This record gives sequence, C-alpha cells and structure tokens, in this order.
Amino acid sequence: MEMPALDRDSLAKRDRIVAALRAIVPGEGVIANVTEMRAYECDALSAYRTLPMAVVLPASVQQVSAILKLCNDEKIKVVPRGGGTSLSGGSLPLGDGIVLGMGKFNKILDVDFQNRCVVVQPGVTNLAITRAVEHEGFYYAPDPSSQIACSIGGNVAENSGGVHCLKYGLTTNNLLGVEMVLPDGSVIRLGGRHLDADGYDLLGVMTGSEGLLGVVTEVTVRILKKPDTARAVLMGFPSNETGGDTVASIIAAGIIPGGLEMMDRPAIHAAEDFCKAGYPRDVEALLICELDGTAQEVDHLIDIVAAIARQHHASFIKVSESEEERTRFWAGRKAAFPAVGRISPDYLCMDGTIPRSQLAHVLKRMEEMSAHYGLRVANVFHAGDGNLHPLILFDANVPDELRKAEDFGADILKLCVEVGGVLTGEHGVGVEKRDLMPSMFNENELAQQQRLKCAFDPVQILNPGKVFPKLHRCAELGRLHVQRGALPFPDLPRF
Amino acid sequence: MEQSILEPATLEETRDLVAEAVLDGKTLEIMGAGSKRGLGRPVRAERVLSTRRLEGVDLYEPAELVMSAGVGTPMATIQATLAERGQELAFEPADYGVIFDHEPGVQTIGGVFAANLSGPRRLKVGAARDHLLGVTCVTGRGEVIRAGGRVVKNVTGYDLCKLLAGSHGTLAVMTRVIFKVLPRAETSATLLVRGADEQRLLAALRLAMNSSFEVSGAALLPILAAGRSKVAMLRKPVRLQAALRLEGPPPSVAHRIDALQQLLAEDGGLGFERLDANDTATLWAEIRDLKLLSPALPLWRLSMPPSVAATLSEWIGQMSAEHLYDWSGGLVWLALKPAWAGEADLIRRALADHGGHATLIRAAYEVRERVPVFEPQPLALAALTRRVKESFDPKHILNPGRMYAEV
Ligand SMILES: Cc1cc2nc3c(=O)[nH]c(=O)nc-3n(C[C@H](O)[C@H](O)[C@H](O)COP(=O)(O)OP(=O)(O)OC[C@H]3O[C@@H](n4cnc5c(N)ncnc54)[C@H](O)[C@@H]3O)c2cc1C
Repeated sequence: MEMPALDRDSLAKRDRIVAALRAIVPGEGVIANVTEMRAYECDALSAYRTLPMAVVLPASVQQVSAILKLCNDEKIKVVPRGGGTSLSGGSLPLGDGIVLGMGKFNKILDVDFQNRCVVVQPGVTNLAITRAVEHEGFYYAPDPSSQIACSIGGNVAENSGGVHCLKYGLTTNNLLGVEMVLPDGSVIRLGGRHLDADGYDLLGVMTGSEGLLGVVTEVTVRILKKPDTARAVLMGFPSNETGGDTVASIIAAGIIPGGLEMMDRPAIHAAEDFCKAGYPRDVEALLICELDGTAQEVDHLIDIVAAIARQHHASFIKVSESEEERTRFWAGRKAAFPAVGRISPDYLCMDGTIPRSQLAHVLKRMEEMSAHYGLRVANVFHAGDGNLHPLILFDANVPDELRKAEDFGADILKLCVEVGGVLTGEHGVGVEKRDLMPSMFNENELAQQQRLKCAFDPVQILNPGKVFPKLHRCAELGRLHVQRGALPFPDLPRF
Repeated sequence: MEQSILEPATLEETRDLVAEAVLDGKTLEIMGAGSKRGLGRPVRAERVLSTRRLEGVDLYEPAELVMSAGVGTPMATIQATLAERGQELAFEPADYGVIFDHEPGVQTIGGVFAANLSGPRRLKVGAARDHLLGVTCVTGRGEVIRAGGRVVKNVTGYDLCKLLAGSHGTLAVMTRVIFKVLPRAETSATLLVRGADEQRLLAALRLAMNSSFEVSGAALLPILAAGRSKVAMLRKPVRLQAALRLEGPPPSVAHRIDALQQLLAEDGGLGFERLDANDTATLWAEIRDLKLLSPALPLWRLSMPPSVAATLSEWIGQMSAEHLYDWSGGLVWLALKPAWAGEADLIRRALADHGGHATLIRAAYEVRERVPVFEPQPLALAALTRRVKESFDPKHILNPGRMYAEV
C-alpha cells in the first residue's frame, strides 16, 4: 500500500507545530517522543505502521477547534483517532501529520430516559453506553464485537454495526445528533435529541465518513428497551448452500431475527476449540439465529425457524433454554476472530457485502481462490444482511505471504462487487480498500465524493491518503466540464 | 411564465437536459408528479423538468427485501406491487394529497425520498432516508453518478443516499432509487388511552415508548382532530385521547396490548378502549396523511425532543387553531389561523431553548416567499450547506431557492 509522499514543508515545521500544539494543550496532552508515540503507530490493521510527527490529546472542544485551525492554516495533516480498533487503517497515522486522539473525551454527559437518548463524548466506548443505561433495562443497539474497546466517535466515523443490526440498524440508524469541528475550526451541531435533523442530512454524511470530514466532539444516540425475551437457535447444515438457503427462507417468511449469523466449517472448529460454545463439529455450515420480543412471539417464531431449517436438511438444531446457554451460543461467534488468531500466525479480515442470494456462489468461488493462492480461509458472516467476513490465514514471516493474502482479499472483494455487492459493509475503506474503490465507482463518482469532501475540508487536512485512491486539489475538482448531448455515456447503472 | 414541462424518459435524456441547462445557464424546477410543489420556498425557474416518465419497477426481490424503481413510479403502483407479496415500505410514507389538493397515490417514489417523508412508524423503524439503499442521479454538473447499492450494509465511500434523501431536488435529479422493503405485520391493534389533559397523555405515550412492547405508533389526538376520524370510537370525545399502535403476530399483539394497558393503568385516572386491525389501519392512515387536521389552514411541522412537547403543550394549545402530536410528542403539527401563518419567529423562538426545528409545510405562496420555510441555520452550518450545494450544483441550476434563499 503506497501512501502519498511525505510533505517536506510539514516535516520542516515539526518543532514549531509541536510548540504551537503545546500552547493549545498544555502538559502531557502533546506527545512528541518516539517511545510514547509507539502506542499510536497503528490501528487494528497492524500490518501497517507509521509514526506521526506528534500526538495531541485535547480535552475540550475549544482545544480541538484551535488545533484544527492551526493545522488548517499551516497545512498540517490530521488523523483523528478513537480507540484505534479500525480494521481498515482508518486511524493509521501519517508520517507528515499529527494524530488527534480523542481519548480524553470520555464522559457520559446526559442519560435522558424521557427522550430515550444518551449524550456522550466521542471517546466513550460503545459498551459504556449500554452500561450506563442497563440498570433501567435499556441498551444501545449497535454492538460491534470490539465494543469494549472501540469508541462511539469511531463508530460514527465507520458507521459500525454488530450482530444485532439486521433488526435494529447500524450506527447511522441509531444516531440522533453530533457536535463537530470543521477543519477551519468552526463548531457545528447536526441533529439533537429530536428525530430527523433539518436541512441536508449532513449527519448521514458524517456517519461512515472515516474521519475525513470533521472531528466529532459530542454524540447523541438513541437507546432502546431490552426485549422481554431473547432466545437463540443453533442450526447445523450439510453444506454452505443449505445454510444459505435457510437464511433466505427465514427472511422470505417475513421474519427479521434479532441476529442471524453463519460460520463455515473452519470457523466452527476454531471457535469450538477456543471456547466450547457447544457447536457441532460434523457440519459444513452453522447458523445462529436469535429471536427476540415477548415470550409468546419468540416461541412462535422459533417453531417456524426450526421448521424452515428442517426443510433445508439441517442435521443439528438446538434452541437455547436459558440466558446462560444463549450467551454461550454467541460466545463462539463473538470470539471467532481471536479463535482464528490461534490457528494461524496472522490473518486478514475482509468485509464485503453481497446480495443474500449470491451466498453459496460466492463461498464456492472463495474455495477455488483459496486453492489457487494456497491460503486457508475461514468464514464468519452476518448472514442476515449479506455481510461477509472471510478471514484469510497467512504467516507474515513467510516471504510473500502477506502480499498473497492481500491479493486474495482483493479478489474476494472484487467478486462481491461483481455479484451486485459492495467492498465494505462495516469496516470502512481506510487505506486497506482504497485502491479497490475504482472497481466500484467510476471517475465521475469518485470525483463527486471528493467534491463533497472539499465542501467540508477545502485544504484537505483530514486523513488524506485514506478512502480515495487519488488525491485531487479541490480547485481542480470544482471545474465544470459539461458537453451538450451525446456524450459517451459513463458506465450505465449496474442496479 | 411557465413553458412546457420537460419530461425525459431515460437516464440519458435526463442527463442531456440537465447538461443543456447548465450550459445555457437556465434554472430548472425539478418535480415528480408535482404533488408537493407547494412544499418549500417557491421556485422561480426558467424550465420545469418532471421525472414522471422515468417510471417502472425494474427489480423486486421479496426474499432479498429490496426493490428498485424509476423515480417517476407512482406510489400507488409501488404499494400495490409490494402488497401482492405481503410487503410494504416500513417507514409509512405520508401522502400529502389532502393538504395539497391532489388525488391520493399520485405522488412518485422519487418525491417521497426527495422530501424524506415518513409516517407514524418512523419512531420505531426510521425515516425514508434509512430505507434508501441506492440512487442513480444526474448532478447539477450534468454528470451521472450512482450512490450506494442494493445491499443494506454498505460503508463504501460517503453515504450520498442520505444526503440526497431530503434534499428536495436541490443537489441532483434522481432517476432511479433502490430501497429496502419489509414484510407487513400479520396483524395490528390500537390501544386508545383517554385522559383529562395533554400532559398526562403525553407522559403515557413516553411511558409506552419506554416499555419493551414495541409500540409502532404513538399519537395524541385533541378533540377536534379525533372528531374528524372515520373511526366511530374516536368521535365520542368525552376526554382527550391518545393512540398507541401494536403490530406483529396475533398472539404477540394480543399479549402486548394487555400488558401495555396494565402498565399505563397503574397510574390511575386513564380510560382505555381498543381498535381492531381495520380501525387501526384507518386511524393511522388518517394520522399519517394529515386527514385529522383542517385541510385549509396553514400548517407547521415541529420536530422536537418528545419531553418538550409536554413543556410546550400549553403554548401549543394557545398558538394553534388545531394541533396533533405524533411520534410520542416528537412531531407536532400546528394548524394556524391564516393571519398567523408567517409567525415563524414566534414559533422558532419557542423551540429554540429545547432543540428541534420547525418547517412551514403548507401556506400561501406569498407567505412561503416571505418567511424561511425551513429552519434557518447558524452561520457556519449555512456556509457548509451552501458549499455542499455547490459541490453538486455549482451554478445553482436545480430547484434554486427551494430550501433556502441562497441554496
Ligand atoms: C476484534 C475486532 C472486532 C471488530 N468487530 C467489529 C464489528 O463487529 N462491527 C464493526 O462494524 N466493526 C468492528 N470492528 C472494527 C472497529 O472496531 C470499528 O470500526 C470501530 O468503530 C472503530 O472505533 P475506534 O474508536 O477504535 O476508531 P479508530 O480506529 O480510532 O478510528 C476509526 C476511524 O474513525 C475516525 N475517528 C475516530 N474518532 C473520531 C472522531 N471523534 N471524529 C472524527 N473521526 C473520528 C478515525 O480517523 C478513523 O478513520 C472490529 C475491530 C476489531 C479489532
């Protein structure tokens, strides 16, 4: 992965910038020595590491505003950072830029049960929001597996999801408002405690913008009452096809489960070895389907789901009979990444989304690719919404294996796009999928997205080198090239 | 000043027409069937472009919960196609036919997304914008772009679908939309709650929303509004009434309506009635389509934190000729005496301390020309809005002035 060449001017200004940052954030809030900066050199895409010029840890909106204004005026690149758990290199530092760590923004500002929302600072972890409201039986629905470590600011930037987003939506569907700072230092508010922000849906644009448009300094999310009952069903199948068909049939029957996850044989074995979740070992595919609601409703739906599974030749069906058992069913799935980490020195986690009907086809092609590259792959998969997480196993100490794994991953993602899907469902483009963007978007489309970036960040100080394969100056992007009629039609819509 | 309406039938024709307008520097008013032309600031454009011939459902996969259609497809067609397979648009798009004097069902799917119109179920399942998955459009630069796709989970690049939803045709002419569809609930029922005052009933609505009973509609119907309903039970207005809707499999709805009544009864002083599935359908369609408010009076739409509705309820009563609360108090409809239609400052000042925004949905042309129809924005946000507009439409060709004078 190539990053833009380091900007000499920026490097030359380093000492002056550090001093200016110290004037804004006194004391230990500015880190400039190599040893301490090591903690920030990568995110969870740890194959890539870079030391920034400095790390700054502001504690107030005023400080964030002053830092951004300084960097905007001096043309210094800024990488916002939350928990550093991005899997796509979103918070990977830039050698000629600073890291703006939001760790000190760690307070829950208001829990408002009357309006079913919580106002927090962006450095608060995802799980801490649920912890703050669960005594009243509430929770925050999007639940990424990284929820103990990832920050809500990072969730907003990545539009993160979790196993419950099939029914309850992603971050974007649960976010009510933000306060944010634009690169020129101005502070704006989008939305609030009410539904539907006024004007353009800039809140929707911010969500999933990967730290490229502004720095979020406050977040308001919607909370939900916990369902009365939740039960999970484990279903084992003789093939990926039968498992995939079961998923399609459940949805087609009008049932939207609270969670609907699938694992293939390698993932099942890794998870079972790791945490004894009670998964069957003699199946090719395993589905975990969670139904929630009132007890009556859950029992009623479980019968229907089990009947569908039987029609599709399920060889194993087990319904959770206690909360403890339900949690155990999920434990295997939630620990799938570390479990796979135990059976391979390294792995790459991919994140494409496909139309559900393409599942069996895509899994089959992936097996062929696995043979071609000579690398194993384990699949865990948000089956309900077609979001694949193939884990490509490799050993970074074997020459060339990282490159092979990356090529394999790129092939998988291109396949996703080919069958009508997309490059990333929830982990973001970052640096990881940046160069694949043209397989999904044509030049006009990429240019339009970058023009939107220019509307927020005309000097392009925020996280450059991420998401877009080529940087263009805003002035250049703004030029109009219109021709009368009969233009060669750009690629016609695919959908 | 109005000439003939441009009616492109293909994406390419749409692109060529917009490109021509950009080259000639001629502004375009963009509309679907024109059913909501009266919404927003009046647009004075040199040409009118209608998307109604960009019509037809071109992909519908019930098992994948996805549909794709030309933006000009009438809602009536979309809804009938979905109903055949027991599905629907979960966000319950409102049909403003009554207030803008149009036949029901003529509005287009493109118009629904462009105005981000959602009904009572919005508080449970999200708004129109939450259901829009993909868009093909022609920007104000005369370029064709696609955004999103046909899958729900997608974070590839910026979420332009959200931006286009609710942009009222000021950024791009959408030509095709792909959206999420969902199974229709097996059955539904309504718990009517009767009480002495708005405060009590609004509190009951919030309590219901804070329960685990999955309420999918929470409205308060003052006596005047209830009196307009076709549901006989509502027209016996001894006291104020609130309505709570429950949907799902029959055994579950039966259980939840009992449990919900029990929960609300703990407080004492409230009366209860129930509506069956038929009456439930009638009532919530009336609420959604604004049939319970005067079809003639100017209308304001206020979005606010639900608890603020109780704080402001006295003021709301004094200010309005008629009113109605939806979204558990989070959405307030104010029908005003015509002379008060333009009292934007008064209304917005009342909201200012609490957060939220007010939109003038229906008023005479002159009033909409004079007062800010959409909530005015603070300086930095207004400047950003303008830059966003110009990133799509640098020459302000598309629906100029529809949302804000300078956008
Ligand atoms: C083991 C593991 C499991 C995971 N499981 C899931 C999962 O189930 N679902 C899922 O969706 N993701 C998952 N992830 C990915 C990751 O946790 C999410 O993307 C998460 O939202 C990142 O949050 P963070 O605070 O760590 O952000 P960071 O990694 O610090 O930053 C991510 C991006 O957000 C930007 N950013 C951070 N804070 C701000 C701010 N305040 N303002 C503006 N921009 C900001 C950064 O610039 C960067 O681009 C997983 C990761 C790991 C390591």
